[in-house]
Amino acid sequence: MIWSQLPQFFVSGLTSGSIYALIALGFGIIHNATGIVNFAQGEFVMIGAMTMISLTQVVGLPVLTAFPLAVLAGMAVGWLMEIGPIRRARSDSILILVMITVGASITMRETAMHIWGKTPRTLASFSGDEPLVLGNAAILPQTLWILGITLVVVVLLGLFFSRTMVGKAMRAVAENRRGAALIGIGVHRMKMLSFVLSGGIGAVAGIIITPITTMSYSAGVMLALKGFAAAILGGYGSMKGAVIGGLLLGAIETFGAGFVSSAYKDAFAFLIFLLVLFIRPTGLFGKEEVKRV
Amino acid sequence: MTKTRKKWIYFSALAGVVALLPLLVKGGYYLLILNIIAINGLVVLGLNLLIGFAGQISLGHAAFFGMGAYFSAIFTAMYNTPPWPTLLGVMIFTAVVAFVLGIPTLRLAGHYLVMATLGFNIILYILMVQMEHWTGGPSGFAGIPPLHLGSLPIQGDLSCYWLLWTFFLLVFFVSLNLVDSRVGRALRAIHENELVANALGINTERYKVVIFAISAAYASLAGSLYAHYLSFISPKTFDIFYSVQIVTMVVVGGIGNLWGGLLGAAVLTALPEILHAMRDYALLLYGLILMGVLVFFPEGLLPGLVKLVGRGRLVNGNEN
Repeated sequence: MIWSQLPQFFVSGLTSGSIYALIALGFGIIHNATGIVNFAQGEFVMIGAMTMISLTQVVGLPVLTAFPLAVLAGMAVGWLMEIGPIRRARSDSILILVMITVGASITMRETAMHIWGKTPRTLASFSGDEPLVLGNAAILPQTLWILGITLVVVVLLGLFFSRTMVGKAMRAVAENRRGAALIGIGVHRMKMLSFVLSGGIGAVAGIIITPITTMSYSAGVMLALKGFAAAILGGYGSMKGAVIGGLLLGAIETFGAGFVSSAYKDAFAFLIFLLVLFIRPTGLFGKEEVKRV
Repeated sequence: MTKTRKKWIYFSALAGVVALLPLLVKGGYYLLILNIIAINGLVVLGLNLLIGFAGQISLGHAAFFGMGAYFSAIFTAMYNTPPWPTLLGVMIFTAVVAFVLGIPTLRLAGHYLVMATLGFNIILYILMVQMEHWTGGPSGFAGIPPLHLGSLPIQGDLSCYWLLWTFFLLVFFVSLNLVDSRVGRALRAIHENELVANALGINTERYKVVIFAISAAYASLAGSLYAHYLSFISPKTFDIFYSVQIVTMVVVGGIGNLWGGLLGAAVLTALPEILHAMRDYALLLYGLILMGVLVFFPEGLLPGLVKLVGRGRLVNGNEN
């Protein structure tokens, strides 16, 4: 009986997994350029979704126009964060910068609470709510949007990092910051760009998941934690790892909820995460970090 | 020599302030805040040793704090075990758990401990909420008995003030000496340069794991005291936000500066209370102040202030 639900689990695992993958990508991009773990990643997601809600419901823009504008809003927030507190910090200690992102996260969350209120908000699906029945699984059209858009983002990012000069420069910075600066890459510009990119990707994740899960000012915290866990699972800083880690975490979570207990869904996901950390701390696709001793 | 004397003078001054404060402070509300400062100060002390001297961050100290609180509560209230031995037993158990958590993660370069402790904190929080039979679930655990001194129960804000601050001063003093001991020097060497420390024959791995276990034990002690003091605990106190707050206190006070840590704990415990009048804007201001302090005083509030006054370096051993 529970086996007949397998396809359904698979679909919902893939759905939340896509979102975790996008958030994990955001973590990875900033980490590669700056070495920082950005604790405000979840707030990018939330702000993108909330902006989309305001643009469609208050301003009355069609989805097609509101979507890019909301993504721009996420990018703008990322940009402001980098040129503001991160760049002005009188320290280059990673710990201090990470704690600044914690402060930024609290500030954004509370600002959002004053703008959008405390009650969770929802967004209309992009194309109706009539589920497609496929064998044993009912698939919401929004799920297809999520999978499709995630795929597009991942492919575009892949092309950006492998084909464009700017993308290659960012990879060079990730590889060796000093070396990149020596061959004339503007490391500061790349750092800024990493925040802008992460802000945009975060916003996309928020916009596409909101029709299914709703969004509130504080929802970014848990999403960021899951994205973070996904990034570790795949190997921190690895793009391929982020995507696979995200999908894996989504799958673990939904199967855990289905077969073990839904109350312990999150605990189960993080338990697996801890196990991976103990057995293979570099993640599934992480580079082996050789300790030079 | 002068450094030791200086340490004694500053410590005596602190003890004097602690002894005199109840004369100045009237009203249970202010005592409550002072007591919470002592509790947070204990957790900060342990975390400061870990961050400042082993160069590792834990985002799971709320979990160790919670283990102290919940195990003390469950054993003393449900099984009537004597509170003091329970407190000690829980402390040791928490240290062992941290030890086991630390062995695989502290061996590696990078911040794997952050992630492991973060995950551990989330799991523990979920257990506190879900295991209602043991923990009382989201509505919390009430009716925790007070600690006793002989046959006298230590109850009320003033009695607990003496209890909590005595513990804080004791642990603070031990920590100040630990920092100046062979162990402290070894830890500082690890923080400066692990490779060199290793070459000097310091078993860096073991020191890091041990200091992590000690810091977890501090948090557990604080948790047990907290539970016996307030007689009521609920999971919300032990979520990752508390872990973040504690790290914030360390960073704002000044990493590796134990006196700064005390200042950080005092300021950031009192701040939300002062901001309380701002109601809905309290947390927003908290976030802004946190960012502001870190951006402009990255070396911490106390060293920053000292530099500002121009009186040069500070008492604590970790100036460089």
